[in-house]
Amino acid sequence: MKILVCISHVPDTTSKINFTNGDSEFDTNGVQYVINPNDEFGLTRAIWFQEQQGATVTVVNVGGPETEPTLRKALAIGANEAIRVNANPTDGFFVAKQLAEVIKTGGYDLVIAGKESLDYNGGMVPGMIAGILGYNFLNSCTGVTIEGSAVTAVREIDGGKETVSTTLPLIIGGQKGLVEEKDLRIPNMRGIMTARTKALAVVEPVEASVNTKAVKFEKPAAKSAVKLISPDNLDELIDLLHNEAKVI
Amino acid sequence: MSILIYAEYAEGKFKKVAFELASYAKKVAESLGTTVTAVTVNAGDVSELSKYGVDKVLKVNNDKLTGFTAKAYADVIKQAAQKENAKLVLLSSTTDSIYLSSLVAVALEAGFASNVVGLPVSTSPFQVKRNAFSNKAFNFTEISTDVKVLGLAKNSYGIFENTSSLTEENFNPTIGDNDFGVKVESVEKVSGKVSIADADIVVSAGRGMKGPENWGMIEELASVLGAATACSKPVSDLGWRPHGEHVGQTGKPVATNLYIAIGISGAIQHIAGINSSKVKVVINSDPEAPFFKVADYGIVGDAFEILPKLIEKFKAFKLQQS
Repeated sequence: MKILVCISHVPDTTSKINFTNGDSEFDTNGVQYVINPNDEFGLTRAIWFQEQQGATVTVVNVGGPETEPTLRKALAIGANEAIRVNANPTDGFFVAKQLAEVIKTGGYDLVIAGKESLDYNGGMVPGMIAGILGYNFLNSCTGVTIEGSAVTAVREIDGGKETVSTTLPLIIGGQKGLVEEKDLRIPNMRGIMTARTKALAVVEPVEASVNTKAVKFEKPAAKSAVKLISPDNLDELIDLLHNEAKVI
Repeated sequence: MSILIYAEYAEGKFKKVAFELASYAKKVAESLGTTVTAVTVNAGDVSELSKYGVDKVLKVNNDKLTGFTAKAYADVIKQAAQKENAKLVLLSSTTDSIYLSSLVAVALEAGFASNVVGLPVSTSPFQVKRNAFSNKAFNFTEISTDVKVLGLAKNSYGIFENTSSLTEENFNPTIGDNDFGVKVESVEKVSGKVSIADADIVVSAGRGMKGPENWGMIEELASVLGAATACSKPVSDLGWRPHGEHVGQTGKPVATNLYIAIGISGAIQHIAGINSSKVKVVINSDPEAPFFKVADYGIVGDAFEILPKLIEKFKAFKLQQS
């Protein structure tokens, strides 16, 4: 089984978010970048398939050279090889089109992408890849097992979960649950050393339309100070929630 | 041009988000001088949609669509959009609608903006404001395609009555066998509890509760308020509560009217997940807890002393209101 894991290079979840150039660009100053957490669950699950079922795992990212340390980290965790599509990931459809091309060229059976990236939160790339290629697609996936080309998976639904069956080739929009947080892999020294010798191919983008663009950013308005209520006067809280905030 | 919305219907009624979507669509339609069409799948009585401004309903009734199948449903929405010549297709942000949106966008060759939090700031060029960076910022997105797909964030617009005279039409889109590549084998829903996705109020607790054996109070408070229960990441990591209750940047986002956080210090990732909630109440024994910086109302004190009293106060309030 050939698995492709799509990796987004995103600001660490503790990052403070600021903008520059007249609020038109994300300010990368002092920001640490990580593998998108939803992708990390997918990557660890893919490594599990590699170890248990002999799958090969390729990681891919659409981005500039600055994203290579993130791909190297994925290689250090255990991916066999990496591909970087040398383009600025400006629009969800553009990114999906690039990834679809990599998938077609490489003939991957299973593609795992995080259900959303924690920067632009579009949540659109896995579904768009499936739409472009016409492959089976499973979003909000929290568990997957594969035998031959038969897939059984669990996906989150509002208020519960459902079990589904499908077949490869398959695109998965994954999240926490694909593996538990405690099972996430951390690169060890051997992995880091080995990653240096693994292939990281750089491919040029294919022609694709850009349908959307981020024109400006804005931070939420500053909040007024908290209204503190004495633990001995809980009636005041109920009064405020009912009469001032009007939420009960 | 017209506006098409996908009005989600489940368990014998429309989901509340369908009414929010209709309210939003009506407002946009008024500014563009057009009408709102809703497409429904296996819905019963659709007349309630007229209260929120829907002018026409395309009713799809098909036994093959009894269970949710994303590819088939996306095909239905695509064909409905093409039939109506809709230039704007709106979906909500339920798990199912998020699943559908990108498939619909590709099928219609449409630009897609998700997590939209307000009316278009401009219609020419078409620009919308949306959540980004896990609710730590907003992003104004311009969509340049002829057909546009928007995903409206929950509770971002509100529900407004705006009665229209509604026409109904049966619609029979073509559904192919290749739409059913993913089959639902079984569904497990937590019964008798309000889910985070449907809740107007969420009662959430963290490590300050000291152990899972103390969650009875959290559940009782939630039950009195008709709320869903949730928790912080450490609590789900410790296995005190199921992962489905983990709220935050890597868990579930929550955009409720009222979010009550008990014994949660307020890590940046947790705040990101609840930032879109309208009113936040924080109960914590540590007056320096960062959560107080984003809260509307706060109580500094011992949750174990405050909660029993608060439950009684809310019970009395509910009794008085009934």
